[in-house]
Amino acid sequence: MKRIITLVVQNRSGVLNRVTGLMHKRQFNIESISVGRTEQEGISKMTFVVDVEDHRKLEQLTKQLNKQIDVLKVTDLSEKAIVARELALIKIVSNAGVRNEVQGIIEPFRASVIDVSKDSLSVQVTGKPEKIEALIDLLRPYGIKETARTGLTAFSRGSQPQSAELTQYSLLK
Amino acid sequence: MKPETTAMPKKSAAASMQTGADVLVEALIEQQVETIFGYPGGAVLPIYDALYRSEAEFEHILTRHEQGAIHAAEGYARVKRKPGVVLATSGPGATNLVTGIADAMMDSLPLVVITGQVATNVTGTDAFQEADFMGITTPITKHNYQVQSSYDIPRIVKEAFHIASTGRPGPVVIDIPKDISAKPCFETDQSPFHLPGYQPTFKPNPMQIKKLGEALKKAKKPLILTGAGVLHGGGSDTLKTLVERFEIPVTSTLLGLGAFPGDHPLFLGMAGMHGTYTSNMAITDCDLLINIGARFDDRLTGNLEHFAKNALVAHIDVDPAEIGKNVHTHIPIVSDAGAALQEMERQLQTGPEDHQAWLEELHYNKDAYPLWFNNPPEGMTAQWAVKKIYEATDGDAIVTTDVGQHQMWAAQYFQFTRPDRWVTSGGLGTMGFGFPAAIGCQLARPEENVIAIVGDGGFQMTLQELSVLQERNLPVKVVILNNQALGMVRQWQEEFYEERYSESLVSCQPDFVKLADSYSIRGVKIESRKDYEEQIGELMNYKGPVLIDARVIQQENVFPMVPPGRGINDMVGVKP
Repeated sequence: MKRIITLVVQNRSGVLNRVTGLMHKRQFNIESISVGRTEQEGISKMTFVVDVEDHRKLEQLTKQLNKQIDVLKVTDLSEKAIVARELALIKIVSNAGVRNEVQGIIEPFRASVIDVSKDSLSVQVTGKPEKIEALIDLLRPYGIKETARTGLTAFSRGSQPQSAELTQYSLLK
Repeated sequence: MKPETTAMPKKSAAASMQTGADVLVEALIEQQVETIFGYPGGAVLPIYDALYRSEAEFEHILTRHEQGAIHAAEGYARVKRKPGVVLATSGPGATNLVTGIADAMMDSLPLVVITGQVATNVTGTDAFQEADFMGITTPITKHNYQVQSSYDIPRIVKEAFHIASTGRPGPVVIDIPKDISAKPCFETDQSPFHLPGYQPTFKPNPMQIKKLGEALKKAKKPLILTGAGVLHGGGSDTLKTLVERFEIPVTSTLLGLGAFPGDHPLFLGMAGMHGTYTSNMAITDCDLLINIGARFDDRLTGNLEHFAKNALVAHIDVDPAEIGKNVHTHIPIVSDAGAALQEMERQLQTGPEDHQAWLEELHYNKDAYPLWFNNPPEGMTAQWAVKKIYEATDGDAIVTTDVGQHQMWAAQYFQFTRPDRWVTSGGLGTMGFGFPAAIGCQLARPEENVIAIVGDGGFQMTLQELSVLQERNLPVKVVILNNQALGMVRQWQEEFYEERYSESLVSCQPDFVKLADSYSIRGVKIESRKDYEEQIGELMNYKGPVLIDARVIQQENVFPMVPPGRGINDMVGVKP
């Protein structure tokens, strides 16, 4: 099962190595990582999407993460109402003839063209991973030259619905 | 005259100017470090120089290999219950410590390991004697630091000692680049440290103890399992009071031996792969298993499917990650074992109401299925030899071992009646641990008898530390149970590989008596029962170090045994 786990960590050298090493040792498959600073100085936030076998393994993972000296907080967001976003840059083959056509495809995705050259065109899109996948699929026939994705970053929504309604808000259920 | 006058100001400047290394030494003094185990080298020259210049009364123990230094520090930490301090140089000096760091991590021993590192301007260039020690030690340390500025040294040292010795103890590495220890240091961070991400739970939740009390009252077949956590938490006395008040039988892990008196009528012996029949059956049949400070290691549990399957499991552990890791737990109690036992003593008024039949059953088993060994009239078995050491010393000794047959026999036949008398490599199972660990124990407890019971294989991995015995005249007694084989490997090959003794029979050995002699240590080779019986008492009471080469029968196996993959109720070699 896929889980979204966020860590609030002290921004010290080696902390990412410690966290990923721990996941590697316990054979968790990391799907994506995104790391960045937070509003507090010296504090960073990591968002992991990991593939975990069962609940016991998940519990073990969060406990082991919590044990790390530089890890301040571990949150499993998977069963909460959350906002989760990923950013992707997609460079496709394109000439003047197809530019308008591409514009028509990306518009419903609220994506934007961020770079144009004689024979290529770069698109920036933000959203949930499925949305990005869908756009990439639609652009594939034009010939994808390169893609770059940030990995998911997430936090919980300002207000949490009753637990019975959770599934419809949850990203992974 | 002229050169002197120019030299004068230089000298005074040097005297008033502190280097990073001086700051480090000062920080160690502040932590009341008395003994450092180490080995010098290029990247720690400034630190060794600072030690040389320091007026503090450090005892620096120069071992003959870094592995010896760290195992000695582990032994020291284990019996002293305070961090062992190790100092080694970068590259090979540091990598030689890796086994000891991993060993301390597995057995929760507090260590502060200080290593040199190449200077910051060449870091990452594959410089001479460079190894990425942060990368190497991240998975095997509780925490590790690379010093970026000498300003941070006092704070880092304070944090390191705090992290190593609190909560679940463990090793902490401080890696110091040479230029940082060598250069003058003008300002240091003397503020108290703040570790918001490290707040180990010390006291138990009283509600959970109440729950445990209720379960205990109802239990018909209660059992306590003691682990090393009881020793780390200093809970032995409280445990004994509780156990005697409520008459609860006790079993132990390998590392928990001594937490409860080994000769007590309520003690069932060690449990696990080579545990007693009584203990393993007690775990299988009990209806309440109270695990105090043990981590349900696979050598204890055997096949988990058959482990304590009728029991309500209560688990007291200072490390929340251990609870529920291997065995499903009904009453989790995150707490220091000592604090939890005190809370139990305070809260629990009544014990089990109806468990006399259980006690009778266990007493019957204990009498009917004791540990046994072959005792032929000719030749010595290792078990007999251990028993004789126990008798000769009246059990009044600190015993260290490596891993393997001799370790299991020492655990089975030396009854530890007091805490902190048993030092063995449990989790990592490190050959070559016992002898240097004994050196550390003797330095920590000069007044005690320290006996290293080792095998001929393991001893040869770290025997160079005989130099330390010679140099310091430490009265450590080294007993080599010499079966000219890697006994446990040989046993498994006999049992599970149809007697194909691949590389496990080692008849080519040094003459251990001559070896001892070359270090000016008394060495004795004993081949017969009669000689052993006659000499062992005198040898154990000898004033200086002794090396005993006790020739024991090779074909002996450790029994009883739970074959790998089976439940602990499924033992071979149980004899009525």
